Amino acid sequence: MNPFTYMRTTEIEGAVAAALSDRTSSFIAGGTGVVDLMHDQVEMHQVLVDINFLPLSAIEVSPEAITIGALVRNSDVIQHPAIREHFPMLTEALSHSATPQIRNMSSVSGNLLQRTRCSYFRDVGFACNKRIPGSGCPAMEGYNRAHAILGTSSACIATHPSDMAVALVALDAVVHTQGPNGDRRMPITDLHRLPGDTPEQETVLDHGELIAAIELPVSRLVARSRYLKVPTDNFSLASVATALEVEDNRIRDVRIALGGVATKPWRSHEAEAALRGAALNESTFIAAAEAAVQDAVPRQYNSFKVDLIQRMIIFALKTVGDVA
Amino acid sequence: MNTVLGKPLSRVEGRLKVTGTANYSADVSVSDLAYGAIFGSTIAKGRVIEIDTQAADNMPGVLSIITHRNAPKLNQVNMFPLGPAGETLVPLQDDTIYYAGQHLGIVIAETLEQATDAASRLKIIYAEEPATATLQQAIARGQKPEAFPGVHHFNATRGNFEQGLAAANVRIDAIYSTQMIHHHPLELSATTAVWEGDQLTLYDATQWIYGDRNAVATILGLPQEKVRIISRFVGGGFGCKCFTWSHVILAAIAARQVGRAVKVVLTREQMFTSVGYRTPSSQQVILGATCDGTLTAISHTGIVQSSSFAKYPTPVGLLTPMLYACPNVVVNHQLMHVDAGTPTQMRAPGEALGMFALESAMDELAYTLKIDPLELRLRNYAQDNDPQSGRPWSSKFLKECYLQGAVRFGWERRNPETGSMQDDGFLLGWGMATAAYPVYLSPAAARVKVFADGHAIAQSGSHEIGNGTYTVMTQIAAEALGLPPEQVQFELGDTTLPNTPITGASRTVGSVGPAVQAAAESVRSKIIQMAIADSASPLYGRAEMQITPAEGRLFLTQNPTQGETYSEILRRHRLEFVEAYEETLPRDADETDRNKVFSGINALRGPVDSKYAMYNFGAHFAEVRINPVSREVSVTRFIGVFDCGRILNPKTAGSQVLGGIVMGIGMTLLEETTTDPTLGRIATPNLADYHVPAHPHISGIETVFINKPDSYVNSLGSKSVGEISIVGVSAAIANAVYHATGKRVQDLPIKLEKLL
Repeated sequence: MNPFTYMRTTEIEGAVAAALSDRTSSFIAGGTGVVDLMHDQVEMHQVLVDINFLPLSAIEVSPEAITIGALVRNSDVIQHPAIREHFPMLTEALSHSATPQIRNMSSVSGNLLQRTRCSYFRDVGFACNKRIPGSGCPAMEGYNRAHAILGTSSACIATHPSDMAVALVALDAVVHTQGPNGDRRMPITDLHRLPGDTPEQETVLDHGELIAAIELPVSRLVARSRYLKVPTDNFSLASVATALEVEDNRIRDVRIALGGVATKPWRSHEAEAALRGAALNESTFIAAAEAAVQDAVPRQYNSFKVDLIQRMIIFALKTVGDVA
Repeated sequence: MNTVLGKPLSRVEGRLKVTGTANYSADVSVSDLAYGAIFGSTIAKGRVIEIDTQAADNMPGVLSIITHRNAPKLNQVNMFPLGPAGETLVPLQDDTIYYAGQHLGIVIAETLEQATDAASRLKIIYAEEPATATLQQAIARGQKPEAFPGVHHFNATRGNFEQGLAAANVRIDAIYSTQMIHHHPLELSATTAVWEGDQLTLYDATQWIYGDRNAVATILGLPQEKVRIISRFVGGGFGCKCFTWSHVILAAIAARQVGRAVKVVLTREQMFTSVGYRTPSSQQVILGATCDGTLTAISHTGIVQSSSFAKYPTPVGLLTPMLYACPNVVVNHQLMHVDAGTPTQMRAPGEALGMFALESAMDELAYTLKIDPLELRLRNYAQDNDPQSGRPWSSKFLKECYLQGAVRFGWERRNPETGSMQDDGFLLGWGMATAAYPVYLSPAAARVKVFADGHAIAQSGSHEIGNGTYTVMTQIAAEALGLPPEQVQFELGDTTLPNTPITGASRTVGSVGPAVQAAAESVRSKIIQMAIADSASPLYGRAEMQITPAEGRLFLTQNPTQGETYSEILRRHRLEFVEAYEETLPRDADETDRNKVFSGINALRGPVDSKYAMYNFGAHFAEVRINPVSREVSVTRFIGVFDCGRILNPKTAGSQVLGGIVMGIGMTLLEETTTDPTLGRIATPNLADYHVPAHPHISGIETVFINKPDSYVNSLGSKSVGEISIVGVSAAIANAVYHATGKRVQDLPIKLEKLL
């Protein structure tokens, strides 16, 4: 770990200004991500701006939406009764994330911005396009069991590790930010970028831009939902967030988001298109699962994910749709 | 009298451990301490062209940087089993790189943070060469393995294998492979080196203080008496702390270089490349049998890996010749050199690997013959003698293990058809396998002092690696002295104490225990003799055999009211304490064994070089539950029944065998160190990627001891519990997975993608 300057403020504007004072700076909340990365010299920040004392720790409930402050701890989201009632998928996803100790520390904004578990990224002895742009990607021909089959590029196949983010893209969450250029609101699907040729740019956030809150629009659809994860006790190899609204045995509306298989929290519009309006039965689910992986690019050690994610999509839909 | 031995005494050091006051090697505080950060190669093969230290040299707090350019010339030392080194490579002697992670130097600084930061600023330029870093890669590339080095007579033949196979009605011929695994004890390897003049003290996390002393003295060119090793608590070893590795030497030379004490703690990442590993293996097993299940031929060929520069042999087929009464057996071991570090011992080093193969093959045979797997084993049971050596068993209650395990597990309710047992949509599978592990014994010494206030101190330079040494030795001394265990203090982990062997090969209780017992009995006898000869004693004029020790008193067995306490005798004689020192040899050992062990060289007697075939035995029964969607396997029930002789403490011994089963579950389902196929560098060097079992993986484990003493092995009747319990676990689980799914997984670990 390199020496660094620690700064702390109680004002959001002050935190943004502090972050802008150094181009290597990082915000730190729970610290469960950034400290590890600094220990391993993957990130070398000269300045850490502690945001734990900003007024961003509230969960606000209204009839239209629940808004979760950026600093709310993951464990507090799990415990919240209104979230449990309206967004059971989110509670389920977080319950399968990390460990109780980490959930007690980690913030929801840190969870969204956590970095990939790609072991090539996390070991500075390897080349990595995400860490050192243009240095190469040994995962392509290397041990890529944990890597992505969707959203990959020739520069990067690292997965996004968050379970919560997968649930949030299924829930049409909106991210509120505050930064040097003022306030922004964006659909969560816009927050993370695909790796493309610039895998080092993981989100659309500017340097110094802070996530302030996550807004979850209340919807009848997502009350009937499920988050399914493999393995349940570690970072996801494959996960499926599903919600179904059924009318007269036809699928009126649906959400499918995938984790562990894609370079960003993955909303599968292909699978949703195959389901929306279709009859509620297993052959529909199979068609949706096939659509979800139609663009998959498997590699030597992760090709099983093509099969696994389809099995999980079908099973999750059967469970949520109550189809035997 | 039996008041303490055999009782489930809780760990005597438990309070220290749970309150954080047990000082492990990295916890020692010494004055004027500096910190070392080791750095290693990122390439697997080649040479160092340049290590640019300029940026690091000028960083605050940096005291010195040692690389091969300025390191002192060091001496060679023999690698285990001929010597105490973990590998033949002595650090920093030239620019050659043999494996990724090989230590290339050490930065010494005022603080750990400064040392680590400076090490990260070094620029190392390499001349890289293509590497073959894994066994599977070497096999795929057609590289030829070589025979094991000549000193190891691990191969075996009896009868005529070809004829036996020709006589068979059915045969199984399969290749089984196992993965690279790392030990990962909770405690990272750590060494603090303190020089006082030419006297070196090392606080080192080691399972072998005398071997460590020998290795360090030899490498640094010091007489052994100039080196002292202290290791009061070891936070788990599992084999990776048996031998002296590079970081120990680097700590010592760093401390000498900067003229200050230096502490070195390996990082978790360095634990993957600095202290050995369990070799991967590729094994071919051929079984021939008649229709009634009688084995007519067994062939077991095992290929394991070692580094390119050392011949470290891991014999996977040691148990194959003794396990079944088959007349025709051939066992062959081969070694493949690859561009990786040297493997080392790990809990049942070869046995855990070989029994996965052999006991999986037995299950395949059982299915081929449509004979119950347990019944197949009973039909080939070797009742009286080791079928290989012809020697009688020192004791063998394997049949009892099988039968007790089967009853407790409910084995008779098993429907042998694959996929036939389900629970709530999940697939259930039941499998079983045999466990065995040799009894190894070594010479040892101990000293016991009884003090005038009635307490006693027993000393023997052994090791507490979590195995319960403090507790069991306390019990042994207390039992022999007739003292309550809280009146006895046991001291270990210091080369100034009486000599003992390595805490490896499950030999500590069986080897050190008799020495502690002998020294305690000896001091007891001295004090009784004092009383008998003393007209002021109520025991005056009595014979020693008439006297019983209990609760701190010596009294007439026939009349317990007639006697007196240790205190009363010592005080009357104005003695502060009375002490005795004793050495014990295993039955078949000699003075040469003793002299070797006492100078830090391994010497042991096992079933191959004793008059009796001494083995531990056991049987595993596993239930797996398999998710029908994801094919994830979980072990929901596991019963292990063990014949380890007399159990001196069912609590600590129970923990040992439980731990071995947990480790076996890890080896079977989770643990795997993967190496990047192109770069030859470990691709998953952290515990986020390298998964070990956690609570969700280990429910429903039950362990049982037969608990019958072995009258041959030693004065305590105890065989050994450290390693036996991991042997066969993988086969029991793999066999259960087959029963559940009809898929025979022959390569570990059993990951879900192998069952999709």
